[in-house]
Parts: sequence; C-alpha cells; structure tokens
Amino acid sequence: MFEISPAEWTAILLSLRVAVIATLVATPFGIALAWLLARHEFWGKSILDALVHLPLVLPPVVTGYLLLLTFGRRGLVGAWLADNLGIVFAFRWTGAALACGVMSFPLLVRPIRLSIEAIDRRLEQASSTLGAAPWQVFATVTLPLALPGILAGMVLGFAKAIGEFGATITFVSNIPGETQTISSAIYSLIQTPDGDTAAARLVLISIVIAMGALIASEWFARRATKRLHGN
Amino acid sequence: MLRVDVSKQLGEFSLEAAFESQGRVTGLFGASGAGKSSLINMIAGLLRPDRGVIALDGDTLDDTAAGIHVPPHRRRIGYVFQDARLFPHLDVRQNLDYGRRMNRLAVDSSQHKRITDLLDIGQLLDRRPGQLSGGERQRVALGRALLSKPRLLLMDEPLGSLDEGRKVEILPYLVRLRDEGIPMVYVSHDAAELRQLATQIVMLKNGRVTALGGVKVLT
Repeated sequence: MFEISPAEWTAILLSLRVAVIATLVATPFGIALAWLLARHEFWGKSILDALVHLPLVLPPVVTGYLLLLTFGRRGLVGAWLADNLGIVFAFRWTGAALACGVMSFPLLVRPIRLSIEAIDRRLEQASSTLGAAPWQVFATVTLPLALPGILAGMVLGFAKAIGEFGATITFVSNIPGETQTISSAIYSLIQTPDGDTAAARLVLISIVIAMGALIASEWFARRATKRLHGN
Repeated sequence: MLRVDVSKQLGEFSLEAAFESQGRVTGLFGASGAGKSSLINMIAGLLRPDRGVIALDGDTLDDTAAGIHVPPHRRRIGYVFQDARLFPHLDVRQNLDYGRRMNRLAVDSSQHKRITDLLDIGQLLDRRPGQLSGGERQRVALGRALLSKPRLLLMDEPLGSLDEGRKVEILPYLVRLRDEGIPMVYVSHDAAELRQLATQIVMLKNGRVTALGGVKVLT
C-alpha cells in the first residue's frame, strides 16, 4: 500500500512543480492587481474586477478551452509566443502551470487586496512626509504591512493550483511525465481496473500536501501578524 | 519665511487663509473644526489647495495659477502627527533611521546621538512601537521627523492624545526643540500650550484667519 511507484512519484513531483511555478509567477501580478483594485478608482474597474473573478465562476472546462483557443499552437497568443520567443504551452507542463495560475488567480488576489485595503493610509502619508517617493512608500510600508495577506493568498493559490483538474486536462491533456498531475493521475487510475490502491495512495498524499499547506499558512500568518502589531 | 495664501472647499466647509510668518514657532490656534489640520496638511503637501500659493524661504511649494505642486516627499518638511504614526513593522531604531534612508543621506551619528539624547529615547531603540507608552511614542515620532533633516517641522496637536501627566512630560522637550532653532508650525487648541511655545500666532475660526500677531493675541 505504501510503496510509491516511479510513475506516481513523477505525478507528485510534477504537481508540486506546476503549483510552485504557477504561484510564484502569479504572485507579482496578483500584488500589482490587488494594489490597483484596492487603491485606485479608474474607468472599467468593475469590469477588471469581474474578469479576475471569472475563473472562479466559469466551469473549469470553459476556462481550459479558452486557454486552448488563446495559448494553443494555433491560438492568437500561443502562435506568436511560439514563433517569436519559443515559448510553447500546449501539451507541456508549462501549459499546466498556466492553467493552474489562471484558475488560482482569484484566490490569490483576494486576501492581498483585503490586506492592502486594511492598511492605515495615514502611515503611507507619514512615510511620504519623511521623504519617501511613491514607489518607496509601496516597498517599505505597503508591501511589508500587506505581507500576511500576501502569504495567505500564495498558500490559497498554491492549494488551488495543486488540486486543479478541469482546466488543466482540457488545455494540456493528461500526458504521463509531462502534464499528468496528481489529480489527473487519480482520474486515470480510478478508470483502470486495478487502480484503486494506487489512487488511494495519491489521495492520501494530496491530503497530506493540502494539510501541510494550511498549517504552513497559519504559521506564517501568525508570525507576520505578530510582527505587524509591533510586539 | 513661510507664506500661505490658499483656499480649499471640503464638502460644506470652506477654508480661506492667508498669513506670512517670520516666527520661529508659528502657532495655529483654533477650536476643532476651524481648519487647522487642513491647513497644515496643505503645507505638508498631503492636501492640494483649490487655489493659492504656499512658499517656504522663497521656494514655491504650491502655486495653482502656475500649476505647481511639489509632492510631500520632495518638500523636506517634517510632520509630527497627533497619533505618532510610527511604523509598526519597524523597531524604534529603524523608525528613527527611516527618513535618512529615504532621502539617501549619509549616516550622521553625532546628529543621531544629539537627538536621541535631547528626547531621551536612547534606551528605547530596540523596542517595537507596540511596546511604547503614548509619551514615548510621541517622542520617537519627534525624533523620526527631526532626523529626516527637515527645513520646517509641522506639529499637529502632538500632545493632543496624551493625558495631563504625559503632556507635562513632553512639553520640556518641545521647548528644547524650539531653542534648537528649527522653524516650526505648531497646531493646537490649547492657548496655554501655545503661550509656552509659539513666537507668533495665527488664529483660525470657521476656516478664516481672525487674528495674527504675537502670543498676546491669545488673550
């Protein structure tokens, strides 16, 4: 029961790699967008807000299909990226990371936005009277004070990314060693006659990873909050 | 010399104030709601006047007719807020050093020592703002503003959030500071406080300047 086969290892490591890369790449975009939504009024803000949340409410298959249309080999963006930069998403693990990043983006942005909204703007004013240019205010006051929210968003995004299934399998299929994550491996296993034990193993492993992520986020959040409250 | 001639509409409230000050400590006196904080925020650059001019030592900071508005971080005007506003994620030492870092000034340890001695905050350097009393917090905020080497120091009711005992504790430090010679604009609704500190008074009422002159206008 507890012998993990090489094929299962491959799926586990791939899942981790996909989720880690998706989270790390999405985080800077998430912070920028959260800041924009929290601190600025502009035309089309509610449309942008809705767009960010879209992957949360659309059926994952639809998101996956839209990704395929856009970032596939013949897709508008996908063709350009392949021809000019040599970046290919279709049926690659990078495509799985893109799908996971897009699907987890709303969950990443939300806690960051809330934590930026909660920052006392008077601290940012104090910083500017001490000579900090707007980017310095952001880097030395806003960003460190938003840290608990950023960490919470990253963990939530990571948890969503590692469990993503629908959009990933639609966009990059289910290729062992390239795009087969834990979720799609479990899906394949429960459709094969003697796959039950292996499926159960992967289910256990995904529970362990999810629990680990939650405990880690609690720990980070508590530490960061303590730091911020000045004690 | 500080020259202010501004107007600003804030909802129902209209502020229209003009004064010039040569004094080392200009006291802005008035009841709450008289427009003192809005005025001081305009001098700091945190609030933009609808119309008018603000100039410091011949340097134009705001001139709406000419489209000039120098942002707060380029004014070199220190600001001590009523609620201290220390950065909670930094310890006292880092709070004090903040302005120097942002302005990329060289480390000046003699200045640092002089100000920590003046304000008696040398023993607090490793503490976090959350571990300070109200009076200590206000002294650190004073030190933080001074160490950014401002050419003018704004103080918005720096004793306002303190009880009587604490006020008595801080006031001597403010007197010492005045005697250091750094020009200040000091906002207060407490005539007794201003009598001790100010060299010139600007009296505000309902957004208008009602009296200008020495501390005797406070009677």
